[in-house]
Amino acid sequence: MSNALLENAQSFGSKAFPGWFHEQQRAAADQYESLPQPSRRDESWRFANLQAVDLQDFAPARPLAADAAAELTGRSIGVSSADTRLIFANDELLARPATAALPEGVLFLPLAEAMEKHGDLVKEHFMREDTVLGSRKFAALHRSSLRNGSFLYVPKGVKLEAPLQAFHWLAGSGQAIFPHTLLIAEENSAVTLVDWFQSVDDSKGLSCGVNDLWIGKNATVRYVTVQDWNRQVTSIQSNTTQVAEGALATNLALHLGGKYSRSESVSHLNGPGARSEMLAATVADDAQEFDQRTLQNHRAPNTGSDLLYKNALYDTAKTIFAGLIRVEPAAHGTDAYQKVRNLVLSDEAEANSMPGLEILADQVKCSHGATTGEINAEELFYMQARGIRAQDAYRLITFGFLNEVLERFPSGDVRDSLQASLLGRLRGH
Amino acid sequence: MSLIIRDLHARVVGGQQILRGLNLEIEKGRVHAVMGPNGSGKSTLSKIIAGHPDYEVISGEILLDGTSILGLEPDARARAGVFLAFQYPMEIPGVSNANFIRAALSARLAEGEELEATEYYADLYEKMDSLEIPRGFTARSVNEGFSGGEKKRNEVLQMAMLKPSYAILDETDSGLDIDALKIVSAGVNALRGPGFGALVITHYQRLLDYINPDVVHVLVDGRIVRSGGPELALELEAKGYDWLREELAEPAAV
Repeated sequence: MSNALLENAQSFGSKAFPGWFHEQQRAAADQYESLPQPSRRDESWRFANLQAVDLQDFAPARPLAADAAAELTGRSIGVSSADTRLIFANDELLARPATAALPEGVLFLPLAEAMEKHGDLVKEHFMREDTVLGSRKFAALHRSSLRNGSFLYVPKGVKLEAPLQAFHWLAGSGQAIFPHTLLIAEENSAVTLVDWFQSVDDSKGLSCGVNDLWIGKNATVRYVTVQDWNRQVTSIQSNTTQVAEGALATNLALHLGGKYSRSESVSHLNGPGARSEMLAATVADDAQEFDQRTLQNHRAPNTGSDLLYKNALYDTAKTIFAGLIRVEPAAHGTDAYQKVRNLVLSDEAEANSMPGLEILADQVKCSHGATTGEINAEELFYMQARGIRAQDAYRLITFGFLNEVLERFPSGDVRDSLQASLLGRLRGH
Repeated sequence: MSLIIRDLHARVVGGQQILRGLNLEIEKGRVHAVMGPNGSGKSTLSKIIAGHPDYEVISGEILLDGTSILGLEPDARARAGVFLAFQYPMEIPGVSNANFIRAALSARLAEGEELEATEYYADLYEKMDSLEIPRGFTARSVNEGFSGGEKKRNEVLQMAMLKPSYAILDETDSGLDIDALKIVSAGVNALRGPGFGALVITHYQRLLDYINPDVVHVLVDGRIVRSGGPELALELEAKGYDWLREELAEPAAV
């Protein structure tokens, strides 16, 4: 049973965290046990592989040997110009390299340390919003089992030029990690954070992660996740972004790895003029499954959201997209877009798209749409007529298809690095 | 050294026959123009030379410097030295112009060899400047949002970068205003020389004022029905194609 997963986790938790959080963990463990597994009757798990989220074979990850840890630190480069990093392996902090001091008041800390030193900030923001897209049970597991993560606080008016990065490594067979990112950007601040999720080896593992972004008035936050697990990993990731008046949130996910990946992403547009861009580029091959659920929740007037999710599917891969734009009665003047596009490179691949709208306000501009297509034969011929081999042409066209998502992100080192990761992942036809 | 098309019969795959015994020899160092009315097979000819999968050759040969290219994939034909400037260049979203041209050049290198980036950009910028293409176009997606004239200039840029032995220009003048026509023509003329042969397909004599052909051919109903010097183009411009059709019809009626 899954009890082992919980008991082990709590014995770790009790050492590291303050009492108030330990109480939360205990309650979350009860919640995890009492909530039912997702079922066919559950709309938010429609088309989903329910077997994949049966987690009883996993146990909380054990720490790595010291020599392995040193080697991993050396591999945690990501965006080469962004040298302020938090590096975790199996939920343990390995290293926190930084060459330059961060601006005054900026906190970029392991979550365990943040709970100790900045408990009120953490308490006020930590997993405050209910999980609404289906993974409530796994959010409870995450809370109960959490051992570390990154905490980023940017004070009022501080704009960080260089991006910050966090690395989460997973190693060993049957090991489970619970990576967490809590980002709080105060009024008029600006920051970019990149989270990398990678495997050390080829063994089967579980990552059950949560990231919470709190974006203050007129702040600009760009948050990138690169999911590059090995092909044996089960990944359940839940993102919540809170966007205040006049603020801009950009969430960009590059999904490359894993066996089964469930990602849920919610943007709450809480203040007038708040805007959220929700972007994802996914490469799915072999028998990979990517299950993506989104909510663009407009709670205030004149808010905007723009979602673009693109999937490239090879072999017998499967993707699911289910998205909802919800416009609450107060959110008049909303501008909301939702677009999912699938590029299918194999007859046996399966792309499911379920876009949705729920509009309770007047005077709104909303559009949603899903398309599924193949490589355009004329584009292929055009490339071949330039001497590019068919294999390379397929690869380049597929890159271009997904790169349109990355190009929504401002040019610079982060985008270059994501493009390199994407290109490295793609193959010919 | 030449690109020879010998008694070529070709059709749309599983469909209508379009070329009916076409003969043409494009020597290196010479520019041939092919003119003809709509539907005569001009664009089909260009696509068949390049190896478009929608067409199939029924009989005949295409020889590149003595070697048949009919069995080759389009990319192998291109690497062997054939370039097709498209009448309607494709847009390729998300792939930058610089990366596209770089991929085309890299495809011509031996395995393990890599393109030298500094030299590549120096060469690219020089050619863009001469075609009056703004530098910003390197980062833009291939042909996406380009005007008709920008697309044609981009075709000539690719040609200049890839340095083919033989180029087929399919109605490169269509959609160009006079200024763009001059720039594009100058780009083509810059490539002229003993190592370069071209087949210029056009509806209008106007283009040939700027790219002076050595030989002009008239294509009607899938065959070359007349060949001559540049004056033939002027004659066609003045009289249209109908007189040729009538002339052709007469002997058959006898």
